[in-house]
Amino acid sequence: MNRQLFAPGHTACVGCGQSLGARLVIEASGPNTIVANNTGCLEVFSTKYPESSWGVPWIHSLFENAAAVASGIEAALIYLGKKDTVNVIAQGGDGGTADIGLQALSGMFERGQDILYVCYDNEAYMNTGIQRSGLTPFDANTTTSPAGSASSGNIRPKKPMPEIANAHGIPYVATASVGFPQDLQRKVKKAVSIKGPKYIQIHVPCPLGWRHEPVQTAQVAKTAVEAGLYPLVEYENTRLIAVRKIKPSPVEEYLKLQGRFKHLLNNPEEIKKIQEIANHNIEKYNLRVTSSEKNLSTEC
Amino acid sequence: MFGPLNVKPGTSRNNKTGSWRTELRPKFLQKDCIACKMCALTCPEDCIEGAQKNTFYCDYEFCKGCGLCAFICPKADITMIEEELKE
Ligand SMILES: Cc1ncc(C[n+]2csc(CCOP(=O)(O)OP(=O)(O)O)c2C)c(N)n1
Ligand SMILES: [Mg+2]
Repeated sequence: MNRQLFAPGHTACVGCGQSLGARLVIEASGPNTIVANNTGCLEVFSTKYPESSWGVPWIHSLFENAAAVASGIEAALIYLGKKDTVNVIAQGGDGGTADIGLQALSGMFERGQDILYVCYDNEAYMNTGIQRSGLTPFDANTTTSPAGSASSGNIRPKKPMPEIANAHGIPYVATASVGFPQDLQRKVKKAVSIKGPKYIQIHVPCPLGWRHEPVQTAQVAKTAVEAGLYPLVEYENTRLIAVRKIKPSPVEEYLKLQGRFKHLLNNPEEIKKIQEIANHNIEKYNLRVTSSEKNLSTEC
Repeated sequence: MFGPLNVKPGTSRNNKTGSWRTELRPKFLQKDCIACKMCALTCPEDCIEGAQKNTFYCDYEFCKGCGLCAFICPKADITMIEEELKE
């Protein structure tokens, strides 16, 4: 392997979805990329001092400010007359994106900066021990939303980050999944070809936090999409332009793979609520494949 | 006050994560491979290489034994074998 953009030897857990996602993103964007990273698992496992996995210029400053740091990098590249040849990526976890980094991210969007923001959505603050975030799904068991007699896990639904990004009127917003690597890379390539702020949110299973076997990472990611719980959607200039069509499978298929939902399996009431979330997505984004659309793989 | 801390690109290669494997490791059978590259594409370690059919292999210095390559292979041309067993 000659020029690796994300080298092995990083200390991500076995089967980590985020390490896979990060490599797919940087390979799609290419060597002429500068990355600013929020604090989180990815930052920690890819840059264990004095080592680094990165084959591109990469900077970490704080938990919440990758979008602000990337904004400065973009401004400097414009000053140097080099912006047209260099992609700037700001990236972070779901906590760093939807909660603590939202202000910096909103500013980056609002200023119209030519940056791709990538959110690796493992649906909790994994690096500090699986605390719930604004992107933790309904009823998930985390250390700060424990399932028990008072609740059956996280009491709130996921924050609608793609819609929040769209509300800024930015040119490109998409969701992706490590269960569909080619689709993910196509979206990154498209995003970096568009001028202005872009947002891609990638579903990245976490074997430790979601409590599934490392070998199931791809399967868990795929099943989330196929159940309608993680719709793969694509917006240009806030208009929905494509979705991945599915033949919806029952949400239990997804829930039963993971320990974080284990408490639900004998609780049809709660499963019904989660099925309603999936049904809502299926209707809202028109996800269901029709008989005239046979070839699922070309849909997205 | 310390920093900025600067390090060289790709130096994580000093860290041989292959020692993490405890139970299983992938065996690339190199019989029915169609060179779809899905194994290389889904390897979280980026330690699988190959170009033509039946040429793919992984670098055991770094493979953590997650098994995603064997799971994803559409031809079942990668199997997970016990770590102690030689080929
Ligand atoms: C201002 C600040 N608050 C808290 C922390 C501690 N902290 C470091 S990483 C992290 C969790 C990151 O979660 P997320 O952004 O979802 O990324 P993940 O680790 O899940 O990939 C926290 C709370 C910090 N570094 N800085
Ligand atoms: Mg997270």
